[in-house]
Amino acid sequence: MAEDVITLSALTKEYGGFKAVDNLTLTIRRGEIFGLLGPNGAGKSTTILMMLGLTEPTSGTVRVAGHDPTRDPLAVKRKVGYLPDDVGFYDDMSGLENLLYTARLNGIPDETGRERALRLLERVGLSEHGHKRAGTFSRGMRQRLGLADVLMKQPEVIILDEPTLGLDPEGVRDFLHLIQRLSRDEGITVLLSSHHLHQVQQICDRVGLFVAGRLLAEGNLAQLSAQLFADEPILIEADVRPVSEELVEQLARLEPVIRVERRQDGTLLLSCRTDAAPEIARLAIQSGAALHRLNTKAYGLDEIYHRYFEGGDVRV
Amino acid sequence: MFDRFVRPRAESLHPFWVMVHKEMADHLRSWRFVILVSILVLTCIGSLYTALSTIREAVPKQDGGASFLFLKLFTISDGTLPPFITFVSFLGPLLGIGMGFDAISSERNKGTLSRLLSQPLHRDTVINAKFVAALIVISVLLFALGFLVMGLGLIAIGIPPTPEELGRMVFFLALSVLYVAFWLSVSILFSTRFRQAATSALAGIAVWLFFSVFFPLLVNLTAAATAPAAQTPENVLSHQQFILNLSRLSPSQLFSEATTTMLTPSVRSLGPLTMEQIYGAIPSPLPFGQSLLLVWPQVTGLLAATAVCFAASYVLFMRQEVRSRN
Repeated sequence: MAEDVITLSALTKEYGGFKAVDNLTLTIRRGEIFGLLGPNGAGKSTTILMMLGLTEPTSGTVRVAGHDPTRDPLAVKRKVGYLPDDVGFYDDMSGLENLLYTARLNGIPDETGRERALRLLERVGLSEHGHKRAGTFSRGMRQRLGLADVLMKQPEVIILDEPTLGLDPEGVRDFLHLIQRLSRDEGITVLLSSHHLHQVQQICDRVGLFVAGRLLAEGNLAQLSAQLFADEPILIEADVRPVSEELVEQLARLEPVIRVERRQDGTLLLSCRTDAAPEIARLAIQSGAALHRLNTKAYGLDEIYHRYFEGGDVRV
Repeated sequence: MFDRFVRPRAESLHPFWVMVHKEMADHLRSWRFVILVSILVLTCIGSLYTALSTIREAVPKQDGGASFLFLKLFTISDGTLPPFITFVSFLGPLLGIGMGFDAISSERNKGTLSRLLSQPLHRDTVINAKFVAALIVISVLLFALGFLVMGLGLIAIGIPPTPEELGRMVFFLALSVLYVAFWLSVSILFSTRFRQAATSALAGIAVWLFFSVFFPLLVNLTAAATAPAAQTPENVLSHQQFILNLSRLSPSQLFSEATTTMLTPSVRSLGPLTMEQIYGAIPSPLPFGQSLLLVWPQVTGLLAATAVCFAASYVLFMRQEVRSRN
């Protein structure tokens, strides 16, 4: 069984009465990619800063890679790489020089540092640009250089704060796959925060939903759906032509079906307690109508996201 | 080009020294430094020129041995340009403010501060390294310029400095470094407090202007307002003391008193002297040790002011929340 690398228990951070992080308990296991999903201002960055010992928690404890960041920040910072959102570099130094500076700050001998920097630049696809001034780098290049910078110290854990912010869709995909490959190849635990559910959905093993300083739910996608939609039906979309009143009545009488709705475009939307697709198909064909399409909709993060974050009203 | 100097010789250097190396390299490569150095070099040459053109009149008639002719290179002028000592007290603050006004705020604005602080180093390492690096650069610069003026003077007048003169010179240069260090810590304080480098530079210049222009004015106003009605000697003396102490709140006053004493050995006291005190005194210059003793309070005052400013920025920086670019 994989051990826990990050353990937060009853973590709270208050800014003069306002609770930025409220009683957060969370464990992240070695080697997994964990996505901290939440809207802006949910307290994601504050949580990350507390994990690095850059901010002291009001109460509660943090353990990262076996150390307490509040008491022993250096031990944590030796093992944890942190990529802030909108990472900055020294513009008048080249990309390689920026990496070498990080190597020196980490006490890595120069030859080792240079070797590692060149290898990492190649890894993130910047080997041709390593000698250019960092000031000339585009947003995507800076982000990739940031990833190389984080990996210079050969961390056990990397924490990425909104790593995809400001990248174009292609850049986002490349960057996320890069993170995924690195995590798999080197066995690095990754914690990434985002307010983009699609991106988190793509590469994360587990996701934590974080709203107004509180963790609403955590787990993989199926677990999240189960947690959040426990009493909720499965949605089945059926495109049946022609639709007779009789068919609708028959469908409504089916045991798992809660509700049948006729939509503008002529398709039927059925809310069911369990997956009733076979029965629906049989009934439709028996009635003599043509079944064009039958679609079982699983709840994705999209629905979860909209349900909790959209419109600003949080239903807990 | 500077890579050779930046590269540590030891296998792994403490992060503090890594940062000091990098900061010094940054200073030396920056345009700002080139500008500051060219202003100072021009100043040196200008003041040396005026000193050399008037030094003939400064030679005392009776004897040349104890006249400290060499030190006059730094203190006399023909009236067209101020002497070296005045230039340093005027440009020193500019140098200090110029080196430190964006020390912390530039890291913050570039988004490198949070990346830096996620490396295995303590937070105070950052501010300490910034201060020490700028201080080293300033010391090297001022000592180099001072010795340059000495060397040129030596060539021009052909009289070598006595060991005492050399001692006074070195102490004067050390004092100048301390004075610039004070302004450096003021500007680092502002760079910690203000997010915008321009605001911080402006605040530094405002403080500088206040102390060099308005503060003497305020002291004069206070002197006129509080002048004793009855002109007894005790009253006048205590009023003089009060005004002098008031003006000593200004670091530039402390600096100018200290440097004048160091470079003009005939200065015997920094306060008012009564006739009784002067009566019977031998009109000879003070020995080096006695001059040093005379300016010790001023030096301590400058050190204290520097320490207070640096401590304030230290505390401010340690308490600040580090988020990226805001």
